[in-house]
Amino acid sequence: MFDSLAALLNQNEIFTVSTLFQYWDGLVVTVQLVFLSLVMGLVISLPLALVQSLKNPWINKPIWLYVYVFRGTPLLIQLYIIYYGVTYIDGIQESFMWVIFKDPFYPALLAFMLNTAAYTTEILRGAIKATPHGEIEAARAYGMSWWKMTYRIVGPSAFRRALPAYSNEVIFMLHASAIASIVTIVDLTGAAQNIYSRFYAPFEAFIFVALIYLCLTFSIVYVFKRLEKRLLAHLQPR
Amino acid sequence: MFDFHGYGPSIFKGAFLTIEVAVLSMVIALILGMAGALAKLSPNGLLRGVASTYTTVIRGVPDLVLMLLIFFGAQIMMNSFSDWVYDNFGYEFFININAFVAGVVTIGFIFGAYMAETFRGAFLAVDTGQIEAGKAYGMTARQIFLRIIFPQMMRHALPGLGNNWMVLLKTTALVSVIGLTDMVRLAKEASGAVHEPFKFFIPVAIVYLGITFLSEQLLKWLETRYSAGVIRH
Repeated sequence: MFDSLAALLNQNEIFTVSTLFQYWDGLVVTVQLVFLSLVMGLVISLPLALVQSLKNPWINKPIWLYVYVFRGTPLLIQLYIIYYGVTYIDGIQESFMWVIFKDPFYPALLAFMLNTAAYTTEILRGAIKATPHGEIEAARAYGMSWWKMTYRIVGPSAFRRALPAYSNEVIFMLHASAIASIVTIVDLTGAAQNIYSRFYAPFEAFIFVALIYLCLTFSIVYVFKRLEKRLLAHLQPR
Repeated sequence: MFDFHGYGPSIFKGAFLTIEVAVLSMVIALILGMAGALAKLSPNGLLRGVASTYTTVIRGVPDLVLMLLIFFGAQIMMNSFSDWVYDNFGYEFFININAFVAGVVTIGFIFGAYMAETFRGAFLAVDTGQIEAGKAYGMTARQIFLRIIFPQMMRHALPGLGNNWMVLLKTTALVSVIGLTDMVRLAKEASGAVHEPFKFFIPVAIVYLGITFLSEQLLKWLETRYSAGVIRH
């Protein structure tokens, strides 16, 4: 069966087994980059958003600045600063960090992580701020501590409220990850660029990769729709 | 600190190019977005289908991929077109796809899809009773659009429109990839030559922040203007 499939694939010039494997490798890199940066971004943004709800100006001002800077500048610039910048930090080429940073994957991961953490902080902050005041008053009236109130009352409802906006952020991150190809990472877009320059066939190379991205986007949308249906069931029209 | 090794003026020019690309593609996006929204709300099924395909596909694919597709693809199409003309008419010419035009058109085309969604939502937010009232007054469709729908729609569309503008502004950084010498590309070339990445990338980032800040102020002013006559709590 695989032989006949290979024979079929070898009938056209561009989509041979070897180029499909290139796309597959690119897909793996893209998914790794996006997944890892989203998870780590979420881990960073959760405490930042929670601490912001304490309304301490000495903590909130720096967080505000971080979020403002990362949301107000292009991701490409952030990537360039980290990718080209780390090379020039004194002594980094001799330190153990160089093992990590000489590979373009990790600077890109760092840039994506910091970027998505800033956006996610803003999403979570908005969701926490939108908690109905009555719920907080009720929690206080029950004598709950801040921590208990956060993980029993504010957290679950804010998480649900943040879900639609967060699904947009996930899709945004998937699309933004295409710029990893600019710093020589062979992700999906990088694979498409290689195949384009190998065959000088922009339509085949880029439309095919666009279709893969489209499928990924639809899968993300589907998963979040399911999640929303489950978690936001009490808000659905009956 | 402010020694840019002679690259200062050209990066300054690059900043203007960035603004030019952003404003021109915003104009295209607004026109396409309005057309897309009207098509999505039209009773004609074919128009609706075309518009939905446009907004769904464009919003599902990365900007960079679309930009590369249009930039490289348009060149191939132009080449085969000039080949065809040569074969059939014997007239020889060569068109080079201009990176500026390709960048502006692509960004405009991408954000037209986002604008269409924003405008569609804003159209739906206008009370149908008001449109009926307009009809009852004997207004033409044009009058209803200009006097009733558009001013109210803008109020609902402005926050989304502003958001799209900010995202668009940052997307313009990608035109550096297809060879336009905007400030990102100039900063990259300069930092590569002088080996001082922070010195060039950080000022460019600050320029982006500055444009974002100014846009926010303008947007606030516009929102106040278009919310005249609305009670705000």
